[in-house]
Amino acid sequence: MNEMTKIETTLKDWETDQEVRWCPGCGDYAILKAVQRTLPQLGADPKNTVFVSGIGCSSRFPYYMETYGFHTIHGRAPAFATGIKLANPDLDVWLVTGDGDGLSIGGNHMMHVLRRNVNMQIMLFNNEIYGLTKGQYSPTSREHTRSPSTPLGSVDHPANPCAFALGSGARFVGRGIDVSKNLPDVLTAAHAHQGAAFIEIFQNCIVYNKDVFDDFAKPKGAEQQQLWLAHGEPMLFGSDKTGGVKGLRLNTQAFAFEVVDVADGDWQAAGVQVHDATNRMLAHMLVELPFGDFPMPLGVIYDDPAPTYEAAVHAEKERASAGKDASLAHLLAKGQTWTVSGTASDPV
Amino acid sequence: MATQTAEAQPDTQVQDSMVVRFAGDSGDGMQLTGGQFTLSTALAGNDLATFPDFPAEIRAPQGTLFGVSAFQINFGSRQINTAGDAPDVLVAMNPAALKVNLASLKPGGLIIADSGAFTKRNLEKAHYDANPLEDGSLAKFDLLAFDISERTIEAVKPFGLGNKDALRSKNMWTLGLALWMFDRPREPLHEWLKDKFKSKPEIADANIAALDAGHAYGETAELSGPLKQVHMPARPVEPGLYRTITGAESVSLGLVAGAQLAELPMFFGGYPITPASAILHHLARLKEFDVTTFQAEDEIAAICAAIGASYAGQLGVTSSSGPGIALKTEAMGLGIMVELPLVIVNSQRGGPSTGLPTKTEQSDLYQAVYGRNGDAPLPVIAARSPADAFDVAIEACRIATQYMTPVMLLTDGYIANAAEPWKVPDPSAYEPFPATFLEGLPEGEEFLPYKRDAKGARPWVKPGTPGLMHRVGGIEKHETTGNIDYSPANHQRMTELRRDKIAGIDVPDQEVSWGDGTGDLVVVGWGSTYGPIKQAVNRWIEKGAKVSHVHVRHIWPLPQNLGELLSGFKHVLMPEMNTGQFKTLLRDQYLIDAESLTKTSGQPFQIAELEEAIGRCLDEKCGGRIRTNEDQLPNPVGVEQ
Repeated sequence: MNEMTKIETTLKDWETDQEVRWCPGCGDYAILKAVQRTLPQLGADPKNTVFVSGIGCSSRFPYYMETYGFHTIHGRAPAFATGIKLANPDLDVWLVTGDGDGLSIGGNHMMHVLRRNVNMQIMLFNNEIYGLTKGQYSPTSREHTRSPSTPLGSVDHPANPCAFALGSGARFVGRGIDVSKNLPDVLTAAHAHQGAAFIEIFQNCIVYNKDVFDDFAKPKGAEQQQLWLAHGEPMLFGSDKTGGVKGLRLNTQAFAFEVVDVADGDWQAAGVQVHDATNRMLAHMLVELPFGDFPMPLGVIYDDPAPTYEAAVHAEKERASAGKDASLAHLLAKGQTWTVSGTASDPV
Repeated sequence: MATQTAEAQPDTQVQDSMVVRFAGDSGDGMQLTGGQFTLSTALAGNDLATFPDFPAEIRAPQGTLFGVSAFQINFGSRQINTAGDAPDVLVAMNPAALKVNLASLKPGGLIIADSGAFTKRNLEKAHYDANPLEDGSLAKFDLLAFDISERTIEAVKPFGLGNKDALRSKNMWTLGLALWMFDRPREPLHEWLKDKFKSKPEIADANIAALDAGHAYGETAELSGPLKQVHMPARPVEPGLYRTITGAESVSLGLVAGAQLAELPMFFGGYPITPASAILHHLARLKEFDVTTFQAEDEIAAICAAIGASYAGQLGVTSSSGPGIALKTEAMGLGIMVELPLVIVNSQRGGPSTGLPTKTEQSDLYQAVYGRNGDAPLPVIAARSPADAFDVAIEACRIATQYMTPVMLLTDGYIANAAEPWKVPDPSAYEPFPATFLEGLPEGEEFLPYKRDAKGARPWVKPGTPGLMHRVGGIEKHETTGNIDYSPANHQRMTELRRDKIAGIDVPDQEVSWGDGTGDLVVVGWGSTYGPIKQAVNRWIEKGAKVSHVHVRHIWPLPQNLGELLSGFKHVLMPEMNTGQFKTLLRDQYLIDAESLTKTSGQPFQIAELEEAIGRCLDEKCGGRIRTNEDQLPNPVGVEQ
């Protein structure tokens, strides 16, 4: 899929007549616009596009997209989307979920849709909080998060969405930020990827978890804190204006990354690592980089396609059906049968 | 079931029905023996009903009481509706099998025992202080004990198998003896063994030799004792092509037929669970019928994927048993809300929670009719026998696609596993009900995703259809546009529309299964109690009582004439393998004084139990609960001491 005839559309063609009901200033608005801006660029066809979501603030997304849309139940969107893709592999399916929907109640389904590699784009809006239920801590909330359900601060360790996705067997892992101008590029790469494409989008919940990503997401100082990855490009961040260009170098003795200064743009001299999006081990290292000591890796972290589930299912079905007799009458009369002749009578 | 012996000749008896129970260790191959004996019985033209009874444990420790596996078959030259109250013949392959099954054997019944398996160790495992084959404790039965193990080893010696492998053929030796006893040809079994062990011809030959030896033993031992050949004439039935069928097969074939009649590809989402898995297994082999099977990560994903497939334009089907159905509940509510076709099969088992995984019960009726959050009605229909499940599955597909609704099909562990002869139907005799998709609108007409047709069904639109993009979901939606709408009047209206759509489903009028349309007593049943109720009612009719049998397929909505029909009887007795769930529903719907007769021991009703309860009811002492009968099989608690 995703290779159909390109359709000419504009952003307006993707908007519904429904009033958007997110809180004013919510990061979801920015993501909605980024998606509506990206789809025309992809030449996507609204009638072949399906947005499937679970439950939560993010999952209201389909109501605002002038496509086919299915707002399902909490955590189960990957299962619905799997059924849709198996029934009609030609549909272009986008799955919208959040950190609670996708990693808590729906963690199991997320794992399986990724391991099966069903061809779809999975956007996980991570705001590290339960928004729609009024602010409880979520599976991605950092330790000591105070919330109505954890008034003394949470004590459990957060899940790392991208590490979870890789661990589940995802063949595409990307990261973006709601308001980032680079988000459409990540969405475009995810759409081009044949298979389950997992995108974690840091999304600012301005009511219950305001600015929780400011350490790296706020525009001021962003260059020093964001590492935008590109396949075949050196892992560079920062600039001369913001305290100098830096890069990541692999210390092969320690088998760990270290931050190095890059002088005069000569990253080769500094030994800076070149990103290889098809290198799974590298992807594992990148998603595990502790923020603070390191910048936040963003963009396309991993992109190495493998055959999709629905293609395998359909190929198997075709193989198994080839040359087979599909007559129902024959099927019913299969096995050892016997014929009764003579007159009917049916005593009890 | 009464067994009548007619005109006994010196060494041959003619009987019109007989119950045989094969019992052995889980590893002794009793289910296979029973299955093959069933086939030979069917081929001989007898009517039959079977009851496979096996432990929940896969490989229970050898020789133990809880590791006993049994297979009961009731067959005859007249109509057979149940697997039989008590066996006439018990085949016991070890002491534990004898101990667990003996109490149910008819007085004077025949025991065939493998004395070679009655070793000191096996006797201890079965908690026998002395060898029952030798201490006279079986005096009230006919006993035929001989060393089947040794005879099997002897018979397969030429094939060079070790003792352990040789003993695997013990069940074929026993089957051979049974074939002789009932005068059945061996050739179909030879063919079956050759095919089964295609790649290991020496094993096939060994099994054939064991089968033949068992048969030959019958011929030679006939003269000496209780072993007599029984001749069972074929049952006169409607002419045609027949096969045996289990409920699980029948549901699977019915679903395939239903999808074809609806002209839709089928998507089946399942998750392994006893006793429902067999449906997934059957359908997984039918890909050429445009069937996609999906073994999901859990019960929830199974139903959600099925709804997803229905959304995309296929016939979504899911199947499970009680605990799994409970997990699917939320998704059913969504199916009701977005009004998409879906068939949900529940092969009921004993509950609550994990309950009795391999035993039967009909205690999920409340769950089926009422068990969802919100006012969430869906149609519920129930199969009464393995063969009936075929038609019921087709009916489920019809209602789901014609009314755009999830439908619950109830069967149970008994129906799923039991086999009976089935007159192979002609698929072209069924009226097709092709599903229609909305593909466009007349120029200028606004698309309304929830605009209903005369039946109350909304249009089915496949994603990919130009110009009809729309959003559906679980949030309350506007009566016609389907947009989110929480307004009071709209929710009131939508709740009523959903209720009325289901209530208005076209359900055939209820017929009286047996007896007159009015009388002193009507016995109302549903599901797998059909057989024993029918037999018990018939016995009272023969005695001249004004008793009738009504068996309900459409649990929800009910047939329009049911209330009036029941009002024509003085008493209404409702036997159920639960605490009276359908009784409560009928009392609520018709304000009738229906009396409940309950049994929740994991065992099906026996004909005698129902016969007695009907008698009491005619005596103005209706209802109650069947006294627990530790001797009835299956005995779900086993006889652990």
